[in-house]
Amino acid sequence: MASPSATADVVAPRSSSSDNYLTHDKGVLSWIFTLDHKRIGVMYLCSVLFAFALGGFFALLVRTELLTPGKTIIDHDTYNQMFTLHGAIMVFLVIIPGIPAALGNIIMPLQLGAKDVAFPRMNLASYHLWIVGAVFMLTSLAINAVDTGWTFYTPYSTTTSTAVVPAAFGAFILGFSSIFTGLNFIVTMHKMRPPGMTWFRLPLFCWALYSTALIQVLATPVIGITLLMMIIERTVHIGIFDPTLGGDPVLFQHFFWFYSHPAVYIMIVPAFGVIGEIIPVFSRKRIFGYKFIAISSLAIAFLGFLVWGHHMFVSGQSVLAGTIFSAITFLIAIPTAIKVFNWITTMYKGVIHLDTPMLYALAFLWVFTIGGLTGVFLAVMSVDVHLHDTYFVVAHFHYVMMGGAITAFMGGLHYWWPKFTGKMYNEKSGRFGALLVFIGLNVTFFPQFILGSRGMPRRYYNYLPEFQPLHVLSTLGAYTLGLGFLLTAFYLWKSIKNGKKAAANPWGGATLEWQCSSPPPYYNFHKAPVITAGPYDGYENLMYDEAIDGYVPRKSSQSA
Amino acid sequence: MIASTSTLASLAFGASAWFGSEPTLPKLPDSPYFWMPPSASVTTGNTDALWEFMLWMSLFFTVAIFWAMFRFCTKYRAKSRAANEIAEKTSEHNTMLELTWSVIPLLIVVPLFVGGFKGFVDLRTPPKSAMEIRATGQKWKWLFTYPGLGTPDDVLHVPLNVPVRMVINSVDVLHSLYVPAFRTKMDAVPGRYTDLWFKATQTGEFPIFCAEYCGTSHSDMITRVIVHAPGEYEKWLAKTIAAADSLTGVDRGKMLYDKQGCATCHSLDGTPKVGPSWKGIFGKTEAMAGGAPIKVDENYLRESMIDPQAHIVAGFAPAMPTYQGKLSDKDIDGLIEYIKSLK
Amino acid sequence: MSESTSESAAATAPKGGHGAPAPAHGEHDAHAGHGGHGGPHLAHHFDTYQQQFDAGKLGIWLFLLTEVLFFSGLFCAYTVYRGMHPEVFVYAHYFLNTSMGAINTCVLLISSLTAAWAVRNAQLAQRKLLVLNILITIACACTFMVVKFFEYEHKFHDGLLPGPAFHPTEQVWELETFKHKHPEAAEYAEKLTKAAEAKEHAKGAAAPAPGAAPESATYERPTEEQLEPLIKAGVLGPTAEDQTRPSKPRNAHVFFGIYFFMTGLHGIHVLGGIGVFIWLLLRANKGEFGPKYFGPIDYAALYWHLVDLIWIYLFPLLYLIH
Repeated sequence: MASPSATADVVAPRSSSSDNYLTHDKGVLSWIFTLDHKRIGVMYLCSVLFAFALGGFFALLVRTELLTPGKTIIDHDTYNQMFTLHGAIMVFLVIIPGIPAALGNIIMPLQLGAKDVAFPRMNLASYHLWIVGAVFMLTSLAINAVDTGWTFYTPYSTTTSTAVVPAAFGAFILGFSSIFTGLNFIVTMHKMRPPGMTWFRLPLFCWALYSTALIQVLATPVIGITLLMMIIERTVHIGIFDPTLGGDPVLFQHFFWFYSHPAVYIMIVPAFGVIGEIIPVFSRKRIFGYKFIAISSLAIAFLGFLVWGHHMFVSGQSVLAGTIFSAITFLIAIPTAIKVFNWITTMYKGVIHLDTPMLYALAFLWVFTIGGLTGVFLAVMSVDVHLHDTYFVVAHFHYVMMGGAITAFMGGLHYWWPKFTGKMYNEKSGRFGALLVFIGLNVTFFPQFILGSRGMPRRYYNYLPEFQPLHVLSTLGAYTLGLGFLLTAFYLWKSIKNGKKAAANPWGGATLEWQCSSPPPYYNFHKAPVITAGPYDGYENLMYDEAIDGYVPRKSSQSA
Repeated sequence: MIASTSTLASLAFGASAWFGSEPTLPKLPDSPYFWMPPSASVTTGNTDALWEFMLWMSLFFTVAIFWAMFRFCTKYRAKSRAANEIAEKTSEHNTMLELTWSVIPLLIVVPLFVGGFKGFVDLRTPPKSAMEIRATGQKWKWLFTYPGLGTPDDVLHVPLNVPVRMVINSVDVLHSLYVPAFRTKMDAVPGRYTDLWFKATQTGEFPIFCAEYCGTSHSDMITRVIVHAPGEYEKWLAKTIAAADSLTGVDRGKMLYDKQGCATCHSLDGTPKVGPSWKGIFGKTEAMAGGAPIKVDENYLRESMIDPQAHIVAGFAPAMPTYQGKLSDKDIDGLIEYIKSLK
Repeated sequence: MSESTSESAAATAPKGGHGAPAPAHGEHDAHAGHGGHGGPHLAHHFDTYQQQFDAGKLGIWLFLLTEVLFFSGLFCAYTVYRGMHPEVFVYAHYFLNTSMGAINTCVLLISSLTAAWAVRNAQLAQRKLLVLNILITIACACTFMVVKFFEYEHKFHDGLLPGPAFHPTEQVWELETFKHKHPEAAEYAEKLTKAAEAKEHAKGAAAPAPGAAPESATYERPTEEQLEPLIKAGVLGPTAEDQTRPSKPRNAHVFFGIYFFMTGLHGIHVLGGIGVFIWLLLRANKGEFGPKYFGPIDYAALYWHLVDLIWIYLFPLLYLIH
């Protein structure tokens, strides 16, 4: 960015915590009808975290039931409903909106030096739609919770007696929420960059959000029409998917995965962006291979549209189609690997600070490596025949989604927490929480690889008794994970009340969001700054000031 | 780890009465491998070889990445923020390096792709001489139809060293026939036929699972494949055909109750499950959902098997599949006699 | 990539829209300020009218892209189903009223013209003409919905509903459209039906006396004109529901399911467009639009062109099947 001292006139120099975006307007209505992207982001954050807790609760129910082969605490049908709700809530209410709508909304315009996103009203509408979608999902829970699995495969979903329509309609509404966010972000990044900020001076978080937004806009309409078709099929019986009425059940799978595979990239690419922000700052070094990382996000987004059939190798799909999907799936591994290598190379000869955000980033590297490599196992067509619909798949996607996306979300939360709350959390608690989460993740999900390769299928209420020890281990891990998150919630909550006041730039970041106060003023910046350098330039121009526990421009030296 | 769970197993058996009249749980066979089930078919070679290769490759990359991470974190760890150390200037891009670590993974995945493709084509190409057995998935039972045997059986019997092609379909929702010991799996799709093949190389019993979620008792659709020693399969088939033909009346009904999936939904002891219990039901007048009460007689029982959705006892879901074409008149008579006998 | 510049709010008129150049005469900002810091109708987070317009333009194009993808699922289902069961589509199209479809096509094309014209009016601040054009657009859209309503009503009346509610009151060969196109085939189907009915009637009546004369008709080989249209429509042949007499093809209802779904979804979008245009009509009447600010008209017109375009695809796919 511009050398920090030159931008002093950009921010209101005396802006203090006495008037910031949190205190500027008072009252519940000023939040519900706000047009401020920061407030919308904070509301999203609270809602997403609440949904995460709910989805996590269902997960613990599922894992508790799996302690014994037969019935443990709930019956067959309830179990099926629990794993369905767990999946649907986590996918549609937590991970897909998660990083973009919560962290992205707060931070991205700040990183652009902009006053807001391109369409603030659409942004608010996106949040309201999330609430409406969530209400529909909860309605399904209240009536007779859906039990189809989050994948809604026909003909089971069109014939089961549970409340499929509210849940599917809720997901449909949530799709619009996602589209609005994506559309907004694309236009913001095209039209509202400050003078001097070329595309290759955008922070990598923005690149990630941009690539994600492209997927959101292009893929989500397809799940929209798919869910609508499934609802109409269920209510009116038009016969698109029902074989007794002339339809094809596998057609549903094609439509469903055409969105849902790109959706997993909606889930993980923003996580890549967060990691790309944390590692340079906490290594005090420019990111290695900026261009490759930026372009690889676009490559992953593009390739992600071409591989949906790798979920369908044993569905009756043709061998030719399967072959093409397998080949392209391997290709996606390459840009992903590049990112991991580049991040690690960034740390080479860096000055590494192991604060909580960095611990989460390191945890991400560990867990995502395992998750990503196991994806390669599943891309191999013959091996996938054995592993499809087993616990191996469950372990793989939890490693990348929980271990990848959620860990990065946690990292980003801790990284930007001082910025949008103005408070510092207890660092020791942060590290301990990160440790618990990391241990919990691995103990929960690694045994599941073994269960899967040994033949244990997924979505199983009962199982052969020989599988029990691994299930017990996995459940213990789940409780550890839950404990870790509970602890995190606790100390973060405490920090809001009793936390130390945060400096504008506690970590020494060089991207623009660190140049306004913590919390930022409601108008962000008086004037768009003029950008003359990259987002990871100039760490040597920043100096740590113990008095404020933050970084300030180094007085004597000039920018590089 | 696999063998020493007998106490837990007996707890499981005692605690769960979800298998109806007899415990048909297969035992998970001991395996010489840590990760994989025993290798019991010619179709396992490709999968196991590729698995080994990927395991070692993944281990290598994981160790390399973790080592680099830990090394950098320890060697370059900052003393403190106040020390304000400045990082040494290193190059920020190196196209050669980027290309190297793009090309090397690419070179590694090519044999994986080719191997997987070859293995998959092999899994999808049954030998021309393969013996055919039909497999039908329904909620919640697998039924196998053998040549010459009128009634389907719920256990898969195959001879050793003979290629077998399973022709698979479903009568209701998606299911998936999965035999881990053979490393093969194929979805059962209503409205069409799919197939898989194998050639068993070991005698013994191996579990068969349903691997596509299909509702309440998806995890109860567990059965097994029994691989017979040479000559034994033919003996079994002949014996079973004879028994099936000779069984009549109540005995036939009881056999069908176990084999045709009735047990999944109808109990014999009065407990309502997905469907009404058969105990004492004959002769009762039952309230029907949305209609006049009906006396449960021979006609109603026959109708319930052929057109189960016509009249459903009040309080139960319309979940029963039709058995038209699957039960002969002799079968239906036998079932009726059996139900009559359950006072 | 347009860079935003820190021009003041009284900036030059935005370039863009339908290729209209900046107007020669001065701007007609005849409205009371609505003073954002930059000027009337300039949102606080944009620096210039041009930036605001460009952002909105990109936004609406992205939105239209999502609409195309949304409908594409249905077009895909149509394609897959028509590929698997072409006879269902041939059969069903006789039941549709092509004239009504054609009327609707013309009506939408006219409304697209007036919508495009309205953009120009807005750019040139021609308030009266703008209001008139928007009114005509709305009127055409309403006409479309009225015609649609009648079409749907006919279908309900004729039992042409999706799924299990599909009970056509007329056989396809009894329809005017079929008789007009394939008179020989229609006659032939009638003949076969009468013969089949007679046979049944005879069976149902007293058992025929032994030695009674057998069925009289000697078998006449049908001609190409008599047979082919019936086979193509699935009335006779392996796809027919009833193999003993002319009948509808199996699963013929699927066409109507797809028909109602596609035209219904399209109709909802037309209704949405009407709503938007009414809102714009009120704003235009107040004189809000001028050379600096005409974005909303431009975006709505773009949306409307897409709605029209989707209909242009739907019409031949549903009505003009051969």
